[in-house]
Order: sequence, then structure tokens, then C-alpha cells
Amino acid sequence: MTDTPAPRHIPDRLDKPFNSAIFSWEALLVAVAVAIFAVNSFASPYFLDAWSLSDLTFNFTEKALIALAMALLIISGEIDLSVAAIIALASTVMGMAVQAGAGTPVLVAIGILVGLGCGAFNGLLVTRLGLPSIVVTIGTMSLFRGIAFIILGDQAYKGYPPSFAFFGQGYVWWVVSFELALFLVAAAIYWFLLHRTSFGRRVFAIGNNPVAAQFSGVRVGRIKFILFCLTGLMAGIASVLITSRLGSTRPSIAQGYELEVITMVVLGGVSILGGAGSILGVVLAAFIMGLVTFGLGLLNVPGIVMSIFIGLLLIIVIALPILWRRVRRERFT
Amino acid sequence: MSILKKLMVTAALSAAMFVNAAYAENVKIALVVKSLGNGFFDAANKGAEEAAKELGDVDIIYTGPTKATAEAQIEVINSLIAQKVNAIAISANDADALVPALKKAMDRGITVISWDSGVAPEGRQLHLNPSDTNLIGETIIKLAADYLPEGGDVAILSASSTATNQNAWIDAAKKVLPEKFPKIKLVATVYGDDDSAKSTDEAKGLLKSYPNLKAIIAPTTVGVVAAAQVVTDENLIGKVNVTGLALPSEFKKFIDNGASQAVALWNPIDLGYSAVYLAHDLAVKKEEAKPGATLSIGRVGKITLDDTNSAAMAPPFQFDKTNIEEFSKIY
Repeated sequence: MTDTPAPRHIPDRLDKPFNSAIFSWEALLVAVAVAIFAVNSFASPYFLDAWSLSDLTFNFTEKALIALAMALLIISGEIDLSVAAIIALASTVMGMAVQAGAGTPVLVAIGILVGLGCGAFNGLLVTRLGLPSIVVTIGTMSLFRGIAFIILGDQAYKGYPPSFAFFGQGYVWWVVSFELALFLVAAAIYWFLLHRTSFGRRVFAIGNNPVAAQFSGVRVGRIKFILFCLTGLMAGIASVLITSRLGSTRPSIAQGYELEVITMVVLGGVSILGGAGSILGVVLAAFIMGLVTFGLGLLNVPGIVMSIFIGLLLIIVIALPILWRRVRRERFT
Repeated sequence: MSILKKLMVTAALSAAMFVNAAYAENVKIALVVKSLGNGFFDAANKGAEEAAKELGDVDIIYTGPTKATAEAQIEVINSLIAQKVNAIAISANDADALVPALKKAMDRGITVISWDSGVAPEGRQLHLNPSDTNLIGETIIKLAADYLPEGGDVAILSASSTATNQNAWIDAAKKVLPEKFPKIKLVATVYGDDDSAKSTDEAKGLLKSYPNLKAIIAPTTVGVVAAAQVVTDENLIGKVNVTGLALPSEFKKFIDNGASQAVALWNPIDLGYSAVYLAHDLAVKKEEAKPGATLSIGRVGKITLDDTNSAAMAPPFQFDKTNIEEFSKIY
């Protein structure tokens, strides 16, 4: 009589490749995007129009550019809530430069550099002083926008040179706007950086276990600093785009963008706790949010109902895989 | 009737309805507001619907963002351009930032006018002011001064610091202060962002910082309710008079309890009505908006455009104990 327990089944891999492709987050997002696209096409006769679809992309490209860098930052276990405030500050400084007679190339350089500088400031506070990023960036969120408000008050900067309008209003080919083209190029670069370089592997390693990463020789502080700089840089680029699109600067510019950026990242399957996520997911999430808001806009659905839809979408997309895993686990045990 | 016949009749009927929809298409006029869920704009929509009924061939699309920002309003404008509406009548969250989006709308053949809160001249064909900026500036100070024969400290609780119209009124108010109301002293201007919670905090802050405050002037329907509630809650009725621009239905209880002596507002119903009339004048009757032109606004009368293609509808209307009951039932 032996009562040796039955050998425990230890899988040699978590999922079969086919299964993992079918049930991956990205596949789910593709399905959601296709479904929304189909519903929109049926619901409104105006949806399937090249110019409508082109206008649609303006709803998300600026936020999505920031979401690319934010995804890396969140994967590494940090967050930046000051991105919208960085846009406001960079835009304000560009406005000052216009008053001083700066031309388009100088303006673009200023916007990007101010963004980079703000990102570096966040990065220094987090990595050098060891402060939690959520606290630091809540602080700098008020700081950066506060500076913009002090400089501008209730005034607006106008008079951007006509050539500056290209970045936010121009088209590179037919209906493909400069903003959309820039976003697609940036997405490819970030995909390569995160999924095909050792830098990307280190970002995942830090997010999964910063202490283990540190002991494995990863320079955690330096990589986090670079990620904050990248996020600031993308916010600076977004600032150039939105300033160009609006043709003016007010200190309230891009108010509330930080939450929409983070929603995109989370909807894209990036773990808010860090350590997991993909650029493809974030890109798909950006398109989904654009499709939902534009599709509902065509039906003249009030904005508050739109927010409810986005909220529901977020909960459903996040809950589905968890429920699915639970169902499967119950079936196999 | 056989099932087949029923099906065929249904199909024919629905086909006929589609044809109707395609051929008898009404003029689509979009009434775009700063943000939805605001009683003032809902009242404007009532007027818009009234005008649509009078004009006959007009469908009103009443829309606007949830957040009162220029960026959100541009998304609304883009979706209206895609729907190929005939005209957009907008109350703007930002005079300049909407210009590129509205220019695009005009390039695609859409009539664009602004009303209530204006857009810079290059972004619209004409602008309808609810009233005259100087007149409103003077009225909001007068509302406070009428009940302060001895004079005293007053403060302004405004909407957001970027709101086009509030800023213009406050500037006009500051201009008339020294000559017409020398005893009234404006001690502070604070911004509640048209948000109830923030307006409440700002009103409390004013009462703390300026113990001698005699009146709070809130030229915004959100701010004035928040301020009156704070004065009521802190038992300052009779000491601090709240006044400004208020919707009678929202504000009636504060006239009744004495937190406020009187408030003023133009008639938002007339405003929405006139905006739709003007959009119709330009889009359908093809009348030209140019300086000096006189346009009809139906039962409200006529307006004449000035050098910047803008015009004033009517002077603000005062509500106090004698008439608040009546108007609170309207809007």
C-alpha cells in the first residue's frame, strides 16, 4: 500500500503557440476594433468616407504618441502624470518664442527640447532622490501647468507662422495626415526598441523585479531616467502637433490628456503593475478609442455617454481574459 | 395575406422610406454648445427647436462635449463635418483654438456662425452676442451696487480664466467702476472653472480672505449657484449679497431665501432661436454676412452687423422677487 500522490502535471510551456496567438490580448483588441468598425459602418452612412476616417485619426494621434513612451514607462513600473502639463508648458514657451520672432524650425526645436527637459526633471527627481514617480509627477503636473498659467494668465499666444500649421493640419499623402504618418513611424521605432533590443528586455526585467534586475547588472536608475526623458520628449512632440493644430496657445491646452493616455496604455494590455505589455496592443487601443469616440460622435451621442462607453470597454476588455482563464482553470482541475 | 406578400409590402414600404429620407432631406443645423448638461444651453436648444418649427425644413442637431475644452469641441466639429451638416452655430470654448477646425468646415461648404461665446472673425461668418459686452459689464456691477448704497468691497467669481465672454464682461465692468460706481471696490477676481466643487471652494476662500466682503458677483450660472449655496450654508444671508448671471429655475431658491436680491440674464431661448434663424438666413437664403448688413431673427427682430461681423441681440434681463417665480418655470 503506497500512497504516493499522482505526479503533478507541470506544463513545459504556458500555452501552445496557436492558442496563445488566438487568445492573446492583441487578437482580442483586433476583434474589438473590427467589431466597432463594422458597427460604425452600419450605424452611420457618413463613416465609410476617406476624409471622415482621416479626420478620425486626429482624435487620438497626439495622445497615442505619448502613449508609446508611457507604455515603456509603465512596463518599467513607473508612471508620468505630468505629460499634459508638459504639453502646456512646451506650448507656452513656443508661444513666447513666436512673440520674439522665432521661425518654424526654432519653434519645433523649442517644443521638443522643453518636453525633453521636463521629462529629464521628472527622471532626476525619481531616480536621484528615489521618490515615487506618482508623487513626483502629481507635483510636476501642477508645477509645469502652473508656470504656463503664470506666464499666460487669461491671455493666448497667436500668430504662429503659416508654415508651422503643417505639423497639425498638413497631409503627407492624400488623406494621410502628418500626425498619423508620424505616429505610425514612431510606433515602429518603439516596437523595435521594446521588443527587439536588449534595452527593451531590460525594461521588462526592471518592471518584473527591479531588485533582481539591479543585481543582474541592469542599470535600473539610468534606464528609468531615459524612459522619463523619452516620455517628456514625446509630450514635447505632441505639444508641437497640438499647438500647430489649434494655431494658438492657452495655458489650459490639453487639459486631462494624461488620463486618456494612461487609459490607452492600459486598454492596450500593459500591466499597470509593470512587467508586461506590447506596443502593438497600445497602437490597437489608440485606434479603438479613436473609432469609438468618432463613431459615437457621428451619431451625435453626448460626450458623457461616450465616456461611459470607454469606461465599459476598458472594464470588459480587462475582465474578459481574466474570466476566460478562470473558466479554463476550472475545466482542467 | 401570405407571408410572401407581407414581406414584399414591408420591403416596398421600407424602400419608400429610404427614398423619402434621401430626397426630402431637411436642412441640418448643428447647435454646438460649450458643454452638455448645462441648463442655459438646454434652454437655448428649446429656442432652436422653436425656430426650426417656424422655418419648417430644419433639423436641429443639439450637441457639445462633456468637458468644456477646445480640444473636445474640435472632435465634435470634425464629426459634424463628416455628417455634412449645412450649418454650425457654435458657442466656443476658445476663440482662437477652434479657428483651424471651423475654417476646414467652411472650406467644405458649411455655414459657420458663433453665438454666446465668440470665435475669432476668420473662423466664422458672423457672431451673435447675447447682449452688448459693455452693457453686461455695467449690469453685473449695477446688480451689486443697487443694494449697496453705502458702497463696499465686492469680488468676482468667474468661470475659467480662458473663457472669452466672462473675461470681456469683467474688463468692461472694471472700466465702468471708477466713473459710475466710485463707492464700490473690486477686491478680487477668482476662477471656479464652471465646476461646482471648485466654485464652492473659491467662494469659501473669498469669504475667508475678505471678511468685509459685501457682495459676490458671479457672471456664470454655475458659479452663482455655488456662491449662493456657500453664503446660505455659512449663515451670511443679509451680510453678503450674491449676484451675477443666473438661470431663474436654478436660482429661484436663493432669491426666495434672501441670499440674493437680484440676478440678470438674457433670454437663452431667444438666443438659440436667433442663432438658428441666422444660420438659416446664411445657409438657405444665401444672405451675405458683411459689415452693415441687416439680418432677420424672426420674432426677436433684426440685427445689424458691425465691422467684425458681430451683432448684439438684446440687453440683459433682470430677475428679482417680483418675477423670478414666472421665469423659473420657463428656464
